[in-house]
Amino acid sequence: MEPCGTLILLNFNGGLELLCRSTKVHHVDVELKPGADGLIMKDLLCWIRTNLIKERPEMFMKGDSVRPGVLVLVNDCDWELSGNLDTRLEEKDEVVFISTLHGG
Amino acid sequence: MDAGEEKRKRSAGRLCCLCKGNKAALKRPKTLEQICKECFYAVFEEEIHTVIVDNNLFKAGERVAIGASGGKDSTVLAYVLSKLNGQYNYGLDLFLLSVDEGITGYRDDSLETVKRNEVQYGLPLKIVSYKELYGWTMDEIVKSIGLKNNCTFCGVFRRQALDRGAALMRADKLVTGHNADDIAETVLLNLLRGDIARLGRCTQITTGEDGPIPRCKPFKYTYEKEIVIYPYDLCIYSPNAYRGFAREFIKDLEKIRPRAILDIIRSGENFRISNSTKMPEQGMCERCGYISSQKWCKACVLLDGLNRGLPKLGIGRARAP
Repeated sequence: MEPCGTLILLNFNGGLELLCRSTKVHHVDVELKPGADGLIMKDLLCWIRTNLIKERPEMFMKGDSVRPGVLVLVNDCDWELSGNLDTRLEEKDEVVFISTLHGG
Repeated sequence: MDAGEEKRKRSAGRLCCLCKGNKAALKRPKTLEQICKECFYAVFEEEIHTVIVDNNLFKAGERVAIGASGGKDSTVLAYVLSKLNGQYNYGLDLFLLSVDEGITGYRDDSLETVKRNEVQYGLPLKIVSYKELYGWTMDEIVKSIGLKNNCTFCGVFRRQALDRGAALMRADKLVTGHNADDIAETVLLNLLRGDIARLGRCTQITTGEDGPIPRCKPFKYTYEKEIVIYPYDLCIYSPNAYRGFAREFIKDLEKIRPRAILDIIRSGENFRISNSTKMPEQGMCERCGYISSQKWCKACVLLDGLNRGLPKLGIGRARAP
C-alpha cells in the first residue's frame, strides 16, 4: 500500500466555507513534506491553500498564516495555546476555522 | 520524545489559570489569560453584567428593544441579556427588533435566525420593514434608481429603522451588539475622516439620552474573538460579507498587541475637542422630527427624491431644499 499522509477533519465557518465550494466539513488526507517527521499547522495551511481554497485565498490567508480575524481551534482548543503555526497535528485531529470578519 | 512532541504534551496539559482544574481552551485577548471553557462562559457573562451595572445601562421596568440582525453579535447579545435579566432580576421587558430591507433573498437566512432566537430564548419578535416605515422596499428603490447609489439609501434608512421600529413598539431603550472591535474601528474611521463630532460620540456606551429612545452597547468592552467563540456550540449564525480596511488593520494590531483594541477605545474616550473648534449643531428634522444636523434628515431627503421621481437628489453633494 502507498504510504499515506495524516487524516485531518477540517471545518470552515463564518463565511469561510464559501471559499471552498460552500462545504463546511472536509475529511482530508494531507501528505507530509519530504523529510518531515510530522504535520504542523504551517504545512496544513499551505496544503489547504493549494488543494481546497477555490477562490479569494486572501480572505483566508495573509502571508504564511491565516488572515488576522480568522480564529483557529485545534481539537476545540484555541491554537494560540498550542503554538499557532507550529502546532503539531496528529491523525484524526479536528481543525476549525471561523472568520470573524462578517456582519453582526 | 522530540521537542515538538514535548511541546504538544505540555500545551495539552496546560491548566486553566482561573479554576486550575480544567484544561485551558482559550487565550483571552483582553488579559492574555489561558482559561477553560467553563470559566470562559462565567467571566464572559460576569463582565457584561459588570458593564451593565457600572454604567447604569438599565432601570427596572424598562422595555428594551434588542436590535437583532441574525448575526453573531446580536444573537449572543439576545441570549446573554435574557440570561442576565433572569439571573440578576434586572426586571427588563426584552424583545427582539429586526429590520427587513425588502431585498429579495437577502434577509431570508438572517430572519430565519432571528425567528429561531424568538423561540429559543422566548423573546417576542417584531420585524419592521422599509415598506412599512418608508413606503418603499429596497427592491422598489433599486428598480427606480438602479444599482449605483442604492447603498446610500439602504444605509441611511437602516440607521433610522431601528429607532423608528423601537418607537413604534413603545420601547424605552434600544440595545445593539456593537463590540469592542467595532468601536475601535469606528474611532479609527472617525479619526481618519476628521469627523470630530462623531469621534466624540462613538465611544459613549449610551447615546441619544436626550432623544426619544436612548441606544446602548453592552458589548462595548467585549472582544469580537470571544463573541465568536461564545456560541460556538450553542447556536448557528448567518454570515454576512465584507468589512473595510480599518477592521483588518485592527486585527493586525491585535495580533501584535492584543491590548490595542481597548487602547484605541481609551484614546477615543479621552479625546478632548478644543473650545475654538466649531461643532456641527444637532437639531431636528423639520419633516419627521428625527435627529439631524441639516434642515431635513438624510432619510427624508432621499425619500423626497424617490417620491418625486428624482432619486439622485440627496446623493453626493446635492442638498435638500
